[in-house]
Amino acid sequence: MTPALFAFHAFSAAAVGGGLMTVLARHPVHSVLWLILAFLSSAGLFVLAGAEFVAMLLIVVYVGAVAVLFLFVVMMLDVDFAELKAEMAKFLPLGLLIGVILLMELALVFGVWSGAEGAVDSRAAPTPDPAETANTEALGALIYTRYIYPFQAAGLILLVAMIGAIVLTLRHRTGVKRQDVIAQMHRNPAEAVELKDVKPGQGL
Amino acid sequence: MAEFLTTPLGIALVVAAQCLAVIAFVMISLLFLVYADRKIWAAVQMRRGPNVVGAYGLLQTVADALKYVVKEIVVPAGADKAVFMLAPMLSFVLAIALWAVIPFDEGWVLADLNVAVLYVFAISSLEVYGVIMGGWASNSKYPFLGSLRSAAQMISYEVSIGFIIIGVIISTGSLNFSDIVRAQDGDYGFFSWYWLPHLPMVALFFVSALAETNRPPFDLPEAESELVAGYQVEYSSTPFLLFMAGEYIAIFLMCALTSLLFFGGWLSPVPSLPDGAHWMILKMGFFFFLFAMVKAVVPRYRYDQLMRLGWKVFLPLSLAWVAAVAFAAHFDLFGGAYARWPVE
Repeated sequence: MTPALFAFHAFSAAAVGGGLMTVLARHPVHSVLWLILAFLSSAGLFVLAGAEFVAMLLIVVYVGAVAVLFLFVVMMLDVDFAELKAEMAKFLPLGLLIGVILLMELALVFGVWSGAEGAVDSRAAPTPDPAETANTEALGALIYTRYIYPFQAAGLILLVAMIGAIVLTLRHRTGVKRQDVIAQMHRNPAEAVELKDVKPGQGL
Repeated sequence: MAEFLTTPLGIALVVAAQCLAVIAFVMISLLFLVYADRKIWAAVQMRRGPNVVGAYGLLQTVADALKYVVKEIVVPAGADKAVFMLAPMLSFVLAIALWAVIPFDEGWVLADLNVAVLYVFAISSLEVYGVIMGGWASNSKYPFLGSLRSAAQMISYEVSIGFIIIGVIISTGSLNFSDIVRAQDGDYGFFSWYWLPHLPMVALFFVSALAETNRPPFDLPEAESELVAGYQVEYSSTPFLLFMAGEYIAIFLMCALTSLLFFGGWLSPVPSLPDGAHWMILKMGFFFFLFAMVKAVVPRYRYDQLMRLGWKVFLPLSLAWVAAVAFAAHFDLFGGAYARWPVE
């Protein structure tokens, strides 16, 4: 067995095991941790496939950012998961039905899969020779030069989604004391402090 | 012998030996860095610092490490045992793993990846898990608060560190650390390095590195005055030692990154002197000295100030800098200082 083959088996076993345990783990925080293991091992599989840039991005984006947010939410939630699990049995038949339907749809789609005329060629056309160009460079040239407008459009869509989320959740609460840093820095003792001569036995 | 080294077993042995050499270098530096940190801190406060164990107290850290190892490991009753033990191991192993891509001299690097910068970025974004897992698994309030603070802080400053590094990457045209250092090799020695064209970002990188490694003045995750010791409260003995060591290794790595990205790595500051690994080590030591001085002289930030600094000051500044560098590189302005690769 070559080292690459060994690594492939190890990573795929870890990915499948991590995925399974994500579903099976009793505690939601453990689920997220298993999910992270699954992400990491799939990053390893990407490295084996020669796609080192995608592998690193998978870790930076999914493990470094998305999974941290998952973990945050799951840790903060105060939900009795045992109770939720008990209710799951009620909805199990419905869930299974949806799953089976989805599986059949996938089977139908793949059963009659056929490419359009010249689709394979046009997909292969922009791929440079892997021996000459590192895949980071190739991806950079494709995304930022050849397909710059679709890339910008994707960015715009994300921006709209972000603004939408902010608009939906923003509310100006009244009666909340806010800090104005500029105002704080421009205070001086002459304005902020007043000395009063208080006579003994008298208040202000 | 030479034939043996080309067999799979021979290659595996050579790789293992190289890894061990780097780990040994890091661990031995660690012993003296902790000592140096305490000595510098003591000198600023006009104390003596550690001076009992060994000559000038040089072996103090060895004694401390031994003490940690022989103590009893206490696991809190309500703790999640597996995650509790996993967290310190994770933060230690990840900190060590980062050194795989750091070049000490021309060709002196364990893994000469062409995505080395991304690798460092990916692994250091994992480091936050050690802290979160440790804080959560302790099942105790202060550690949990500390770990939440730490997670928010590390994610915030990772963003600006990323943008600052992108500026350097645009100037170099490569994600490989050796290429980044080679691109700084010029006729003017010290003045060919990236610190001059990227001057504002050097300061930003240094401050972000302090925040990213939870060093004072940004050590809010373990703020003694508020949270006892933050996410480390429930840890004792070897697990605590692992957390500590991981933290110092991450700090040392930030020193290495600063010297690689902005101060020419192994290049000599005077063109007539030979380049070599000693320059790299000297530079790392110098930046560690700066880290220690900051710890000694700057008071701790307030948490809301820290967040404001990260998101409202550093993020816009570094983003604007990326745009400026991209502009300068594309149009080959300033005599090619920002684009050290053939612009088409």
